[in-house]
Amino acid sequence: MADIRNDFVGIKSPNPFWLASAPPTDKAYNVERAFKAGWGGVVWKTLGEEGPPVVNVNGPRYGAIWGADRRLLGLNNIELITDRDLYTNLTEMKQVKKNWPDRAIVASIMVPCTEEAWKAILPLVEETEVDGIELNFGCPHGMSERGMGSAVGQVPEYIEMVVRWCKQYTRMPVITKLTPNITDIRKPARAAKAGGTDAVSLINTINSIVSVDLDNFAPNPTVGGKGSHGGYCGPAVKPIALNMVAEIARDPETYGLPISGIGGITTWRDAAEFLALGAGNVQVCTAAMTYGFKIVQEMITGLSDWMDEKGHRTLGDVIGRATPNVTDWQYLNLNYIAKAHIDQDACIKCGRCHIACEDTSHQAITAMVDGVRRFEVMEEECVGCNLCVNVCPVENCITMEPLAAGALDRRTGKVVEPTYANWTTHPNNPMARQAAE
Amino acid sequence: MDRLGNGQMAGISAGRLSQAQYETNFADLHPRLDRHEALVAADRCYFCYDAPCMTACPTSIDIPLFIRQISTGNPIGSAKTIFDQNILGGMCARVCPTETLCEQACVRNTAEDKPVEIGKLQRYATDIAMEQGRQFYSRKAPTGKTVAVVGAGPAGLAAAHRLAMHGHSVVILEAREKSGGLNEYGIATYKAVDDFASREVDYVTAIGGIVVQNGQALGRDFSLSDLTSRYDAVFLGMGLQGVNGLGIEGENLVGVEDAVDFIAALRQAKDKAAIPVGRRVVVLGGGMTAIDAAIQSKLLGAEEVTICYRRGRENMNASGYEQDLATANGVIIRHWLAPKAIIGKDGTVRGIEVEYTAVKDGRLVGTGETGIIAADQIFKAIGQNFSASGLGALQFEKGKILVDAEGRTSVEGVWAGGDCIGIGEDLTVSAVAQGRDAAESINRALAAGSQPATAVA
Repeated sequence: MADIRNDFVGIKSPNPFWLASAPPTDKAYNVERAFKAGWGGVVWKTLGEEGPPVVNVNGPRYGAIWGADRRLLGLNNIELITDRDLYTNLTEMKQVKKNWPDRAIVASIMVPCTEEAWKAILPLVEETEVDGIELNFGCPHGMSERGMGSAVGQVPEYIEMVVRWCKQYTRMPVITKLTPNITDIRKPARAAKAGGTDAVSLINTINSIVSVDLDNFAPNPTVGGKGSHGGYCGPAVKPIALNMVAEIARDPETYGLPISGIGGITTWRDAAEFLALGAGNVQVCTAAMTYGFKIVQEMITGLSDWMDEKGHRTLGDVIGRATPNVTDWQYLNLNYIAKAHIDQDACIKCGRCHIACEDTSHQAITAMVDGVRRFEVMEEECVGCNLCVNVCPVENCITMEPLAAGALDRRTGKVVEPTYANWTTHPNNPMARQAAE
Repeated sequence: MDRLGNGQMAGISAGRLSQAQYETNFADLHPRLDRHEALVAADRCYFCYDAPCMTACPTSIDIPLFIRQISTGNPIGSAKTIFDQNILGGMCARVCPTETLCEQACVRNTAEDKPVEIGKLQRYATDIAMEQGRQFYSRKAPTGKTVAVVGAGPAGLAAAHRLAMHGHSVVILEAREKSGGLNEYGIATYKAVDDFASREVDYVTAIGGIVVQNGQALGRDFSLSDLTSRYDAVFLGMGLQGVNGLGIEGENLVGVEDAVDFIAALRQAKDKAAIPVGRRVVVLGGGMTAIDAAIQSKLLGAEEVTICYRRGRENMNASGYEQDLATANGVIIRHWLAPKAIIGKDGTVRGIEVEYTAVKDGRLVGTGETGIIAADQIFKAIGQNFSASGLGALQFEKGKILVDAEGRTSVEGVWAGGDCIGIGEDLTVSAVAQGRDAAESINRALAAGSQPATAVA
């Protein structure tokens, strides 16, 4: 059996599946249920400073996009940080940690961007004996209008400053949660590292308007006829999150900085992909909000079974294994040539590959052969773009077959070179690096 | 009425069931999909290129497009896509043997042996549009031409609607009291409930310019030559009036009936309890009519219903789906049995003597082995024939009106379509396609005829 115990910046949990700071972790009742269901840890829903708690809207807080049969693909929310009293949360956190010593509890914190505010709350959290803190520099709605959340996460200098305060005033591990609502995720990650953070976690939610009510001409969710942008999450954001995790994992300046991966993780496979790109563990929210806490059982068994099948003994065998294979476009091998191949036995003859290629790509797939409905790749036209693979409804019906070195590429009439060659040295590249004359 | 020990009434009897049972038995076979069901079903469509379903549809409805319109919340637009090709799309959604047409061609069959539910989706869209009374077509400027249409069945209605669209006036002459043809009189009750056939006639004729004269029978009230002299063009869209006979002993006994009459009576009956049915029923034939008569006999409370067909399962005209529906309703289907004689007592049916058959040297022959099936009612469903009179010199081929690819008959100015011609399958949807296409041909002919003559250099 694979060992999926997790050690993330010294915080131990029986598995790498944590619940992200969000509505599912707002109070002891939910967190206890999550631990009973098997979650390895939670990041408690964000605490604010002492005093009257924030208030939430009392109308709809969530909007969604759905696939067929109303499968939830993306969720957007305008809920703020916890609207419960700080001490109620702290008391419950302490008790739950006592009840569940083997599980990880991390406190998410968001207070105004002043040294006093952070200095005031850190000892209160430390007293609960939870395992660490996560700095919420990510929430893109509501709190950001008050100079917190993503308003901090969008300014690397602020990130560095606040992280530095936290490292100064607490012994607890500090995880800095980043917002994706920026141009280059490496900048805030570098700033967090410069401030001394123990880890980063990402992504927080993405600014979004999930849909428009066409009867009332207002964004959804509509609160009394008006809507506001919310934070987008769920399966739809996973590709954006994966890229940002990889960018930090492979950036020389942040290389080795622990990453807690967040963003659309719904299955064990999603989690494994984040781990492979360099995440040390993962945080989940929307999947739990859609299906309940029980889904963690699928994640635990799925990850463990896959590791057994592939011979990975510990999470360390998986984490970061795909990172070295993420590169820049300019380094991709231009001598690698693949052609689409359609398995005629698997083909159901829907014709989507043909029309996609014919209308929008390279006119490389037939619709009719000898008067019969038949879809075949014309290798002399195929550029190997993979669009047909992606639109085919049958898995593995169309595959991309690489041409072996020495084979003839019928499109270009050239023989496939055995050597690696990329854009940096390509003759068409005006910036191509010339060998010294 | 004799009541047997088991509570069954002997002989042919009405009122075999409770009112509640009648209502359950004759409810809609496939109730309309609700919105969610329609969205789920629609999502299974792959929006195929040059879609095989569309090719398989005799009226060439753009099926991928209408399904996509359903899936994007536009059932009205979807209905228009359907009606553009088939103005009787509502009835076709109910009665088409989709399992041998569009749904058989669906690529999902190859993928997972379960086609997209095209028929049900078509009904979803057309029902919504018709309930909202949405009319999508208006008449072009009047042409001053009037076309006579004989028969207000699927072919005649489709022709009339398309002719009206082109601005022609249409007079439909219908022999029966109600319009709709087989849609009104020939469909199993549970396939089209709630007067749907008659509502559809109203929907189609609402375009305007169409006058229906009921009770006007060709050969009795008028002849083809009356029409050709009076109207600018004629479309013949009659059905099959004759029922094939058995030609065996006992055929005239009380209890031997034509299945089409039984089906028609049941369709017209407000109270199904008033329709008598035998305790033991034998249906002779292997087509849809046999299946419809057999299932409905069972639904009326017959204790034992047997279909006897003289060839094998694979030869039956009824689709596999229809056969399964019959057996699921408790009908026994027996193959390789031909009727030999009907046995009676005191002038009424008591049973039927059948002979086993086999194919020998490519020909169907009796094996000499016989048996008797007890029965008190026997339905003949061994086919119908075209037996109209009053058609003058019109040419026939194999007992049906001879037409070309556009529906033109041998007489100039006369077109024909539907069951009275020998082309295509005997389906509602084929009749619609033929009526529609003949109307286009008529329109072209009338337009050409009214062009001012110009000298060609």
